[in-house]
Amino acid sequence: MNLTLKIWRQKGPQDKGGIVDYKVSDISEHMSFLEMMDVLNEQLVNKGEEPVAFDHDCREGICGMCSMYINGEAHGPNRGITTCQLHMRTFKNGDTIYIEPFRANAFPVIKDLVVDRSSFDRIQQAGGYISVNTSGNTQDANSLPISKENADLAMDAAACIGCGACVATCKNASAMLFVSAKVSQFSLLPQGQVEATDRVMGMVKQMDEEGFGNCTNTGACEVECPKGISLDNIARMNREYFSASAKG
Amino acid sequence: MKSSIVKKYVMALSGLFLMLFLFQHFCINATSLFSSDLFNNISHFMGTNPLVQFAIQPILIIGVVVHFIMGFVLELDNKNARKIGYAMNNGAANSTWASRNMIWSGLVILAFIALHFVDFWFPEINTKFIQGDWSGAIEGVEGYRYFTELQHKFANPLRVGAYIVAFALLIMHLLHGFSSAFQSLGANNKYTRAIKGFGKVYAIGVPVGFIVIALFHYFNH
Repeated sequence: MNLTLKIWRQKGPQDKGGIVDYKVSDISEHMSFLEMMDVLNEQLVNKGEEPVAFDHDCREGICGMCSMYINGEAHGPNRGITTCQLHMRTFKNGDTIYIEPFRANAFPVIKDLVVDRSSFDRIQQAGGYISVNTSGNTQDANSLPISKENADLAMDAAACIGCGACVATCKNASAMLFVSAKVSQFSLLPQGQVEATDRVMGMVKQMDEEGFGNCTNTGACEVECPKGISLDNIARMNREYFSASAKG
Repeated sequence: MKSSIVKKYVMALSGLFLMLFLFQHFCINATSLFSSDLFNNISHFMGTNPLVQFAIQPILIIGVVVHFIMGFVLELDNKNARKIGYAMNNGAANSTWASRNMIWSGLVILAFIALHFVDFWFPEINTKFIQGDWSGAIEGVEGYRYFTELQHKFANPLRVGAYIVAFALLIMHLLHGFSSAFQSLGANNKYTRAIKGFGKVYAIGVPVGFIVIALFHYFNH
């Protein structure tokens, strides 16, 4: 298939940037979106032009690196996938496709479609962990009884790959779905109780300091999340925050 | 108050309080459909009872002001969180129009409240607090004046039209706002489906009820 691509090009963090049109031809419907980008980049390199910089790593939907905003949606129009899992059969011959970086002040553009998501790392460092002695005498995890329901919910929350699609999609660039998943995966388990108060207070404070927006409960993040992280986690975090604030 | 979650608590609690007020306002207005005497008596009670006038009314005004100010603060925060927008954004693919446009439906409701104050509240304050007339009587009308004043206001088709537009936007505001308030307060549990269902009935039923009352008096004055 032949396509017109409207791609955000930006030489560096300080560059103004803008949309540039490209034509690609003979694209197979079996290609992944990233392979289509590879074809474009090969064309650009052959012509002596600067290839389009874009995030990618595992290309199997696990790492959360690929971060494109395609035709107005994070990771493109399909549900429950990352960009590397988006196939060209989703599009039609002759289509025009907009490709932009994830947009948020807290995700500054480094180059073209590559954004800096280290704000997520700093939120994680503000409490998204448990303190465990791993010196060799760690107790067996099965010695702590955990209900099946909570184990499942914690596992579902832990499925978050920190890709940032929730932020990119949210009309407010809010990181509530990401932060709530990280809070929930620990708060649902007994190991997470010890630091529960500091965790939610610390992570929410860091989230606010990074400049993410507030949650309007539109639910767009849940729809666009490649791992199906539920809005229930945001409600859980709001409850956790309330009880943590009450404790002081 | 700096925390984004605390701001959402404030938004949700003030919103729930205003929804409670709206429902009682609707119930009182609805009496005007079938009994002018009942409407007059309740209106006189609400307009002259010291607890309502000097305790509940100020709380209500604070609730309205807090909800609007916090709404604007959140909107500014949110706009600042993404200074460079998308060239192409398909919001309709993943969220409802009502949820994405709370600020616009809210601004229409704010404009409506201004109109409503000019229509009813300011004249009431003038009569009672400036002229000192707490009798509820008006020259040429037997009994209390409230029902006659209501009929007089809804004789104007432009006013009725403005009310209908505002209440249509109120439906959109409440369709998202009702269940969103519970989500913000962390109440996402086995009752969530019931809350969402009740929220839809409330969000459509109450504003449509107000529209019916306005139209009833327009056609029956």
